[in-house]
Amino acid sequence: MVANVWKVVVSEGDTVSDGDTLVILESMKMEIPVIAEDDGVVTALKVAEGDVIQEGDLIAVIE
Amino acid sequence: MLTETLGPVLIANRGEIARRIIRTVKRMGLRAVAVHSEADADLPFVREADEAVLLGPASPAQSYLDTAKVLEAARATGAKSVHPGYGFLSENVAFARAVMDAGMIWIGPSPEAIDKMGDKINARNLMEAAGVPVAAGTREPVTDLSLALKAAEQIGYPVMVKTAGGGGGIGMSVAHDDEGLAKAYEQAARAASRFSGDALDGPAVLLERYIERARHVEVQILGLPDGRVLALGERDCSVQRRHQKVVEESPSPGITPELRERMLAAAVRAGEAVGYLGAGTVECLVDADKQDFVFLEMNTRLQVEHPVTELVTGLDLVELQLRVAAGESPEVAAEPRGHAIEFRVYAEDPKRFFPGPGVIKVWDEPTGDGVRVDSGYHAGNTVTPFYDPLMAKLCVHGSDRAEALEKGRKAVAEFAVEGPKNNLPFCAELLENTEFVTGDYDTGLVARMRS
Repeated sequence: MVANVWKVVVSEGDTVSDGDTLVILESMKMEIPVIAEDDGVVTALKVAEGDVIQEGDLIAVIE
Repeated sequence: MLTETLGPVLIANRGEIARRIIRTVKRMGLRAVAVHSEADADLPFVREADEAVLLGPASPAQSYLDTAKVLEAARATGAKSVHPGYGFLSENVAFARAVMDAGMIWIGPSPEAIDKMGDKINARNLMEAAGVPVAAGTREPVTDLSLALKAAEQIGYPVMVKTAGGGGGIGMSVAHDDEGLAKAYEQAARAASRFSGDALDGPAVLLERYIERARHVEVQILGLPDGRVLALGERDCSVQRRHQKVVEESPSPGITPELRERMLAAAVRAGEAVGYLGAGTVECLVDADKQDFVFLEMNTRLQVEHPVTELVTGLDLVELQLRVAAGESPEVAAEPRGHAIEFRVYAEDPKRFFPGPGVIKVWDEPTGDGVRVDSGYHAGNTVTPFYDPLMAKLCVHGSDRAEALEKGRKAVAEFAVEGPKNNLPFCAELLENTEFVTGDYDTGLVARMRS
């Protein structure tokens, strides 16, 4: 899947919980939220709004 | 022929619908002008037009939604009329006015009619006044959550939350309690700001009583210059995912002749209430158990699923749009014959319906008696993530519903697509689903198939 990064919801250093929305992607007029699958701290954010990303690309690191 | 005054016709759209409109424009002896983005330069609609103008980069805002660029293309090519297709600028009041101000013919209803129907709250109030049944709901824009909670208490859960300006299911969701409403309201408000650019004084959101196990049935209307509004039969669009249509059929297997008659009469009243001109669609929700209906919204343009009506009536709705725009009031007899079904072939995975653009390696369309394919692509084209995922519409027509289903099974099996993910396996699955096969289904069908 190819998608555009429509909105980056979190920032590096944020504490997130399982189920929180990290970024919202857009492809073919559909919004696709990317959700945290664990509790932790966002230590790295690899995308910016407007980026075009592919399946398998790294979006964020949560530790 | 009055229609000579229309050419050249500029088609302000892309993909399958641009191609379909070009086909009729050329058949009527008129020149067809296409406009396109850089991403669409290789698509069939660009080559099949008599002339094509590059608008700009892939992003819709810089190409198909850029009214200045589209108007400039019309001037540069000497276009005498503009057909907007569906989506993009088709329900853009300012664009319709700008086309007319530039001395061209707008192939669609008056900007005033688009404006009245474009705001779902306004449309709902207008229809109620015209004697068209509406669901219990809000009559003023709901601009914050506390107002939404108050309204939901009056209407009673479950409620449908949607944006006044939205279309195509975007921003719509169902809330079953206060907590769900908070989520649904936030989603609708976000969609309102994103797609419609609602003013800062609050998003225009509306709430309506949600009818569970409802069917989505719509009536095709045609408003004529002599003042008559005709109802050209109905389409059942209850096979939906994310509140967006996947499969449509006509006639609806879920309404009695008596209900059909009432719905067609109400659709004519709806059109008359706004002095409607050209092709339009009155969408309704049907409570199949009670055999009753309410107005949902009106689409003031050609509908994606118009081929279903064309197959059962033998009419060419694009031709009728052109003739009406040229000032003709043709005599139209819409005696439905047989049964038609349309399958939208989307570039999406057939399980979760997530987008799956890509390069088309194999594209082999089914053919045969009663099979029609309106497609926007051929092998070698790339389906990009910039636009909606509709690649083609596979339509079948049989003497009755059973024959149409059988033709559908055969045609779906014969349609070979490789490259992008596609939902043809879902269509095949649907054609074996008991609810769909018996015709006793509602808008919850796809969700049940995936639960």
